[in-house]
This record gives sequence, structure tokens and C-alpha cells, in this order.
Amino acid sequence: MAVIQLAGIERVFHLGDSEVHALTHLDVSIEAGEYVAIMGPSGSGKSTLLNLLGLLDRPNTGTYHLEGRDVTTLSADEQAAVRSKRIGFIFQSFHLVPRLTAAENIALPMMLAGIAAGERAKRVTQALKDFGLDTRAEHRPDQLSGGQRQRVAIARATVMQPAVLLADEPTGNLDRATGDEVIRLLEELNQRGMTLIIVTHDQKIGSRAHRQLMMEDGALKSDTRSSPAAGKA
Amino acid sequence: MRNADVLRFARDAAAGYPLRTSLSVLAMAIGVAAVVVLTSLGDGARRYVVEQFSSLGSNLVIVLPGRSATGGFNPANAVTTTPRDLTVDDAAAIQRLPSVRRVAPLAAGTSEINANGRLREALVAGTASTYLEVRSFKMSQGQFLPVADWNRGAPVAVIGAKIQQEIFPGGSAVGELIRLGDRRLRIVGVLKSTGTGLGMNTDEVVFIPVAIAQAMFNTNTLFRILIEARSRDHIDAVKREVASLLKARHGGEEDVTVITQDAVLATFDKLLRALTAAVAGIAAISLAVAGILVMNVMLVAVTQRTSEIGLLKALGARGDTIRNAFMAEAAMLSLVGALTGYGLGLFGAFVLRQMYPVFPAYPPDWAVVAALVTALSTGLLFGIMPARRAARMDPVEALMKH
Ligand SMILES: Nc1ncnc2c1ncn2[C@@H]1O[C@H](COP(=O)(O)OP(=O)(O)OP(=O)(O)O)[C@@H](O)[C@H]1O
Ligand SMILES: [Mg+2]
Repeated sequence: MAVIQLAGIERVFHLGDSEVHALTHLDVSIEAGEYVAIMGPSGSGKSTLLNLLGLLDRPNTGTYHLEGRDVTTLSADEQAAVRSKRIGFIFQSFHLVPRLTAAENIALPMMLAGIAAGERAKRVTQALKDFGLDTRAEHRPDQLSGGQRQRVAIARATVMQPAVLLADEPTGNLDRATGDEVIRLLEELNQRGMTLIIVTHDQKIGSRAHRQLMMEDGALKSDTRSSPAAGKA
Repeated sequence: MRNADVLRFARDAAAGYPLRTSLSVLAMAIGVAAVVVLTSLGDGARRYVVEQFSSLGSNLVIVLPGRSATGGFNPANAVTTTPRDLTVDDAAAIQRLPSVRRVAPLAAGTSEINANGRLREALVAGTASTYLEVRSFKMSQGQFLPVADWNRGAPVAVIGAKIQQEIFPGGSAVGELIRLGDRRLRIVGVLKSTGTGLGMNTDEVVFIPVAIAQAMFNTNTLFRILIEARSRDHIDAVKREVASLLKARHGGEEDVTVITQDAVLATFDKLLRALTAAVAGIAAISLAVAGILVMNVMLVAVTQRTSEIGLLKALGARGDTIRNAFMAEAAMLSLVGALTGYGLGLFGAFVLRQMYPVFPAYPPDWAVVAALVTALSTGLLFGIMPARRAARMDPVEALMKH
């Protein structure tokens, strides 16, 4: 079953009198457990698409089915609930809350979802261990390296066990080695069944994915699948 | 999001920006402290006056000659001539009224007191044995004037505490002879000090039988007649009975004024309550200002934390969750400010009481409640707008801010 199904998606921004067609005639279907890279030149609509997939934005026309459910017609609060339970976000600039410790940042989605403190603490401890952050639990973001920050962000994005992980240039602020490490982490999560969608400018990272969506001027230019073997090479 | 988590999140957010937080807490604290201190001052003044009046004696009704005289116990009135005579016989007639418990006639003048080799001017009050109970005074030495016929009087005197100290410093005054004007009198008692009250200071008065005073000042009129009603409920009856009795005795003319301590007290009480309320109102303006400051602080917080708000939305926070978090933060700033201000205000009132011990500078309960409620509600009220702005923020745009 397709975890994501987009049909006839259009997204138009109005800037004064002019219209910007950020997304046009988009029909994409992504299966559960896929590893997809979205690529294309700047301004081609990659982030707009990712925001739509993450229910942070609504299309002007078209339908979006997430796990078989039409989510375009949901109310804002219902969409928030879907984001909370089914979607994990990873950002280029990490977006950690500066006054909160690593552990508190990881606990944030669970706190927002109303999970009890005891259960939160258990899952945070596990996540810290999984992502090699045991010794950094009480550090605030400004006391962490870039790679550690992104690991905290990944731990936070996955702590609610979402179906889909959305990453917008997750390595954009990291050096090559640290970036590779982050990508390996994400791929591990994908191997355990999470659908992974990465927006990237980096050809090398893009080619590691099992499927490449090339965007241009808001439209899908190509949709190629590399064999899993080639991806892992 | 659980309520406890909302509160903890708001607390951490407030603590995360110490300068901004302490500034708005301070503003709120100053507002509340101003209300507490100023109302303490106002209500202290009211209590002080009420206490002073109460010390005149309980259930007191006062008759003074003349229609419009409202002078009360002002020493300046003590030597003015009276327009129409009040006599000892009038006082005796009043004593027979059913609602009256005790009556004390009062004739007043000044004279020189000469004793123990010392000389000083003193206020002389000619009265009777009943005066002590009517005014609820206490003796420190000896007895008050003996019970006697008001038209005669033994050559005795009772002196105030200050006169005793000045003329017989340290020693006992009872039994001593004094010269008052051209009279020789024996001291039978000394009054306990009543402190400086409103008007006549009894510590500096020499009390003698009314007949002797009238003879000394060559008059047969009275300065006042003090009446103690049987109870508080009898005060109105006494007023009416006295007015009609004296009208009958004075040939149908209403030539006296009957005042009650209650009436005077009520006027002062009302006046000073109004004053306190006005002062509280002025101080409350500073609370409104503090509320506006909290709003600005919260607006800055929302702007500064725009990307955080975007993140919270991306992590699944609903609009009302974000609104509640910011409201809770505004409420906390106000609450902490209000409590700090309450503490500061109580301390201010304490300092006032240390500086002026006679002045009961305690904040009235209503003012404390009003100040705290106003502080909290302005904080919340002014927190609504920023919190709603945060809740309505577009997540994509918010996330792009950095
Ligand atoms: N809020 C907005 N208002 C107006 N135009 C917008 C808005 N967001 C995006 N756009 C426009 O939509 C188009 C697609 O933008 P988008 O951010 O999706 O590009 P992108 O592929 O992510 O680019 P980049 O690689 O630089 O991140 C661009 O032309 C952009 O200017
Ligand atoms: Mg982008």
C-alpha cells in the first residue's frame, strides 16, 4: 500500500500581483518503507513539496492520501494530531530549542502529545542510547557539536515512531564526514521500516537513495529508481 | 499537552530570558506594592482616627450650646462664650431620662496652677464623678472626683498625667495641696496617660468639681454636657429625648446641638475610606501599565521565538496548546510579580509602622485581593493578544525565521 499518494497537486503563492506556481500537476506515489531523494535546482519546489507532505502547508488543488486517508480535508487540529503521530521532521538548521537540554528536546514531541513523564523518561533514555548521546543528555544545544545537534534532532523526530521521516537538507550545515554519519543514521532507520524522504542538493547523497525525484519549476522532471544494490554501494 | 507540562514549559521559557522576565515581574511588583503601601497608609489613617474617636468613650452623646456649633473637642472652643446657657440643672434633668446611663457636666476654662514651687498654665475642667466612666478613663493614682451634689463641691482636684510629671516629678501627688487660681485644692487622684488624642489633651487638664469651676470662672453655664447612652441602640433615643427635653426647658427654643460620636466617626470613616479607595485607584493605574508591559514582553517573546513556535507546530502542537503555553507564561510573570509586589508592599507597610508606631499601617484585605486580582487579570488580558498571535502563526513561515 502506498503510504503517500499525491494526485493533481498545485501550490500557488501570491506575491503582490504575480503568482508563483511552486508546484504544478504533481502526481506521486510513495510506498511504505521507501527511501526517496528529492532533488533539483534552487526554487524548484522541493521544500514546498516536503512541507505539503508534512502537513505544514495545504495545496491549492489536488488530494493527498497519507496511509490511505485523505488528509487534505482535515481540520488544523486533526492535521496537528497526524503530524504528532505519523510524521517526523528533520531540518537543515536542526531547530533545537536553545534553552532545553538534549533530553528535553527529544522529549518535546511526547510532551506535546500528552505522554506521561515516566514513559517519556524511559523512551528518552532509550533514544539517547540509540543515537550515542548518553553522555550529552543534560547538555544544551550550544554545548553540542553540529553532528550531535542533528542526532538530537533525529532522535526527536523518531521518538514518536512516525511512519514517514521528512528531512530538508539534513546535512546542509554539516561537514562531509559528519553529514555522512547523519545519512547513515537515517538509512538505518529506513532499514527498520520507516519511510525516508530527503531533500538534498548533494548528488552523492541523492544517489544513495533508492529512488530519485527530480524537480524543475514545480513539476516532476524525472522519477528514477536505482537498484538497492547500487544505492548501498 | 498535560497542564503540568504546559506550566513547566512556560516556566522554563520565562526563565530562559531572565532580563525580559525580571523586567516585567518588576513592573508588576511595583504596581502591586504601590497599591499595598498606599492603601496601608490610607487605611492606617482611617484606623488611627477611628481609634482616637473611640477613645472618647463608648455610646457617647454630646450636647453643646448653640444651634450650629460643630466644633467638637477643640481647645480653641474652650474659652469662647456660649450663645445660650447650658446649666447644671439641664444636666441633672437629662440624667433622669430613661435611655441615659450617666451624665457628666463640663465647664471649662484656663487657670494657673501653683504647687510644689512650680507654676504653669492649665486647662481646668469642672465636672463630676461620672466623667471618668463616661470617657472610659483610668486612674493611675488615687480616686477620681468623689460622688457629690453638683451644686456644691469639695475642694479637691484630679490632675492629668503630664501635669503630675511636671509638678510632682517622680513622686506621689495624691494628698498634695495645690493652688488653682485663688483656690486651694487637695489632689485626690491622677489620671492615667491617654496619649495625645484629638482635640483636648486630658494629660494637661486639672479636673475639679463643676460647682467650684463655675465659681472660679464666675459663670453658671456649661461648656458641654457629656451623656452615656444605656447602649448603642439607645443613642438615637437619647438624641431625641435630650433635644426635646432641652427645647422644653429653654422655652421652646432649639438652642443646643446634640452630636453623637457615631455620626462624627461615620463621617471621618467614610471620608478616609473614599480617600483610600481613590489612592488605590491611582496606584492601580500602575498595574495597568504593568499589564501593558507584560503584553509587550510577550509580543517580543512571540517574535523572538517564532522559529520555536514553527517547530512546535511541526512536532504536532495544536494552536490552542501554543496559546495556552504563552498564556501560562504571561500569567506566571503576573503572578510572580504580584506576589513579589505583595511581599514588598507588606515590607513597606512594616517599615511605615516602625517609623510611626502609633500609625496602624496595615493594608486592608479588599485592597490586597483587588491588587492581586487586577495584576493577574491584566497580565492574562494583555497576554491573550500575543498568545493568539503565536497560535495563529503559519508554521512554514515561522520555521523559516531564524
Ligand atoms: N511563502 C512563499 N511565498 C511566495 N513564494 C514562495 C513561498 N515559498 C516558496 N515560494 C516560492 O516557491 C518556489 C519554490 O520554493 P521552494 O522553497 O520550495 O524551493 P526549493 O526547491 O526548496 O529551493 P532551495 O533549493 O533553494 O531550498 C520558489 O520560487 C519560491 O520563491
Ligand atoms: Mg528548500
